[in-house]
Amino acid sequence: MAFDSLSDRLQQALRKVTGRGSLTETDIETMMREVRLSLLEADVNYKVVKDFTNEVKAKALGERVLKSITPGQQVVKIVFEELKQVMGDEAEGLRFKAQGTTIFMLVGLNGHGKTTHAGKLALYCRRKYNKNPLLVAADVYRPAAIDQLVTIGKQLGIPTFEMGTSYKPEEIVKKALDYAKENKHDLVIIDTAGRFHVNEELMEELKRLKEIAQPDEILLTVDAMTGQDAVNVSQSFHDQLNVTGVILTKLDGDTRGGAALSIRRVTGVPIKFMGLGEKLDQLEIFHPERMASRILGMGDVLPLLEKAQDAINEEEAELMAKKFKNATFDYNDFLKQIKQIRKLGSLKGLLSLIPGLGSQLKNIEIDENQFNYIVAIINSMTEEERRNPDIINSSRKQRIARGSGRDISEVNRLTKQFEEMRQMMRKMMNMSPKDMERMMNNMNRPGANPASSVSYSKGKGKNKGRRAPWF
Amino acid sequence: MGLFNSIKSIFSKNKNQLTNEEQLIVEKAEKYKKGMEKTRSSMMSKLKALFESYDKINDELFDELEEIFIMADIGVNTVLELMDQIKSDVRIRNVSSMKEFQSIIIDKIFSIYVKDEIVDTNLNLNDNGLTVILFVGVNGVGKTTSIGKIAYKLKNEGKKVMLAAGDTFRAGAIDQLKIWAERVGCPCITKEPGSDPASVMYEAIQEAKKQNIDVLLCDTAGRLQTKVNLMKELEKVHRVISREVPNAPHETLLVIDATTGQNGMNQAKAFTEATKVTGIVLTKLDGTAKGGIVLAIRNELGTPIKFVTMGEKITDLEYFDIEQYIYGLFSDMFV
Ligand SMILES: Nc1nc2c(ncn2[C@@H]2O[C@H](COP(=O)(O)OP(=O)(O)OP(=O)(O)O)[C@@H](O)[C@H]2O)c(=O)[nH]1
Ligand SMILES: Nc1nc2c(ncn2[C@@H]2O[C@H](COP(=O)(O)OP(=O)(O)OP(=O)(O)O)[C@@H](O)[C@H]2O)c(=O)[nH]1
Ligand SMILES: [Mg+2]
Ligand SMILES: [Mg+2]
Repeated sequence: MAFDSLSDRLQQALRKVTGRGSLTETDIETMMREVRLSLLEADVNYKVVKDFTNEVKAKALGERVLKSITPGQQVVKIVFEELKQVMGDEAEGLRFKAQGTTIFMLVGLNGHGKTTHAGKLALYCRRKYNKNPLLVAADVYRPAAIDQLVTIGKQLGIPTFEMGTSYKPEEIVKKALDYAKENKHDLVIIDTAGRFHVNEELMEELKRLKEIAQPDEILLTVDAMTGQDAVNVSQSFHDQLNVTGVILTKLDGDTRGGAALSIRRVTGVPIKFMGLGEKLDQLEIFHPERMASRILGMGDVLPLLEKAQDAINEEEAELMAKKFKNATFDYNDFLKQIKQIRKLGSLKGLLSLIPGLGSQLKNIEIDENQFNYIVAIINSMTEEERRNPDIINSSRKQRIARGSGRDISEVNRLTKQFEEMRQMMRKMMNMSPKDMERMMNNMNRPGANPASSVSYSKGKGKNKGRRAPWF
Repeated sequence: MGLFNSIKSIFSKNKNQLTNEEQLIVEKAEKYKKGMEKTRSSMMSKLKALFESYDKINDELFDELEEIFIMADIGVNTVLELMDQIKSDVRIRNVSSMKEFQSIIIDKIFSIYVKDEIVDTNLNLNDNGLTVILFVGVNGVGKTTSIGKIAYKLKNEGKKVMLAAGDTFRAGAIDQLKIWAERVGCPCITKEPGSDPASVMYEAIQEAKKQNIDVLLCDTAGRLQTKVNLMKELEKVHRVISREVPNAPHETLLVIDATTGQNGMNQAKAFTEATKVTGIVLTKLDGTAKGGIVLAIRNELGTPIKFVTMGEKITDLEYFDIEQYIYGLFSDMFV
């Protein structure tokens, strides 16, 4: 079975372990298994996953996950925060010499993006720091590597220093440094040939180049699609060369990019840039936050979750749950909830936070204005009506419709659905975990309709173009 | 006799007792083994250490085995499946000796790959006329380099080969292929940078027909499988080729870098959808990565591996052979 994201996975797991109420330590264990599998699917290194999950588990047990009414989301949040933290809270910039020529050297495995990123960095530094860069073609092995760099240089209007393929890279770099001084280049970017960390001969060559150039930055380019081996590669390059930063390339695809976490965790070397395409301006400063949601398979949704956490605080949510249970949930509470939801931005964005729903939202058409209409209708109720929904009879409905400027049918729909929701909530709150599980299972059977017509459940979302209830 | 035993019997024979055929297998395997030395030694040292530290088959042993498979990038789903099969075999056959356990592991990996089919890793060559082979894959995996190596191999097998420079986008790509053609000693059809790749293919095919070429190898630009327009462009290239030559492309080879992790599966799915991939070239096995994702791809999609490459030299390429592959990974256990 393929899962899209950690949050989907956790939702699935939670259905199995429990209905409602507080979780046990075993439940946490089950969730940790999902965290583990999800990270492995994202290509985070096996050993890193092991350590990382242990830490997350400790946090999950320590925090309020156990008694939370949204344990899945709590765990996602903890994992997310932890990921972000490991990857460095913010991006680290490039190191330039205060005076004289700054030197960058790009190193890495074959085909991971050195030559392209030499060009990207040159452009970036010219634009952002007003540098006058010189590209240096020190790959004399790969067929047409020099042509490639020269072409890139031409596209950017940045000169490339090259001596063909019959000189040694050491010689080329030496000459290039002289050339840079003479021609007042304050930045030299050296492109080296791709090589494996286990190729001793070629690694020795890199060490010699480092000795000669004394680079301010040795940047390791790593393809974001790299699997488990990212750890070996980066550790080995770092041990041999003291790498100062990593550029994670080819992030414009759909790779989860777990290598980012492994590399940072194992080597401690900061990830400085992300490569986001073949074009030479597709370079961005590394964003740990975006990387974290990516690794969790959540695209850009997670930042929203953070907002949600701010807006809906846990106590209030528990209070609501109590009201549900005792059927004392009224229109005032409902209004409060709507306002909280609105703080978060678009409804669709918010609904996508509901685990398991995200992928199905594409098919639901949501009229964001419906929010406003509902608010208008509730605002036209008297305080007594809001606190006592039961007293709203048909003449009251007529008045409410007039006052809100909405059609009577809309008022009818709202009151009907509100009533059904209250009943459903009460039922759910008082259900035994077994009943709950049964109900959830029914709801998830494709095509099956939930017990009541009021739901945000998956069953309904599957119908193409169908409106979500309420909105 | 299971696979394990049959391989073992060949490799444990004295060299001069071998039949000619067996001799060939061993020679090929030795070469394979050499190229995969790094891969093999790290995998083997782990397996060996694993088996040395256990005298009983227990959960811990299974956990460590699982770790080894995951670390080889075989992928969560396939690993879980593999582990289930190994565990149930151990239970059913009541296995207790380490030797027997090792043979189960190898047989299971083997059967995940073979799947009760006869796996044909030979290229599908058109014996009466032009064969067209299209190379596809994400950026930087080794398409262009592999074309050079395969062209060289085919030429040495007596074929007349030609290359088509269908990567008109990336800086230096055309020159790169031209240099490979020079090394091979074969013609290379090129157009201006920025030309429509489908038109390059069209011209190359006409030229190949004129020159009575046996095999035309077509390079394409690297592209991530999520880029809709670029995948459409590739479909068009594929369409033009099949329009110009009946039953072509005879092979569409997806090139996958052995360092690739789980994204390899997405690559295989998307490229298969766009161009009906018929086989995989697994590159860069000279590093420490195991390229295990190809086992998962084979397991889920059925795509066979046709070639493996293990270096930047023109001779660093072999036809894929699962027995050799397994031997390469586990050969220390046969001694
Ligand atoms: N989609 C995408 N492609 C990229 C990115 N960076 C590089 N590439 C492509 O990846 C391929 C390899 O890039 P190169 O810059 O040649 O890699 P390299 O490390 O210099 O390769 P060697 O010199 O052979 O080791 C090319 O097709 C590039 O266009 C990126 O961020 N996104
Ligand atoms: N070590 C090693 N390097 C390889 C192998 N195969 C290819 N390479 C190197 O990988 C790099 C990229 O190879 P290319 O053939 O340019 O890859 P490509 O897929 O054509 O790249 P794009 O056209 O840019 O998408 C080059 O440096 C090759 O020399 C291999 O088996 N081992
Ligand atoms: Mg390069
Ligand atoms: Mg190429």
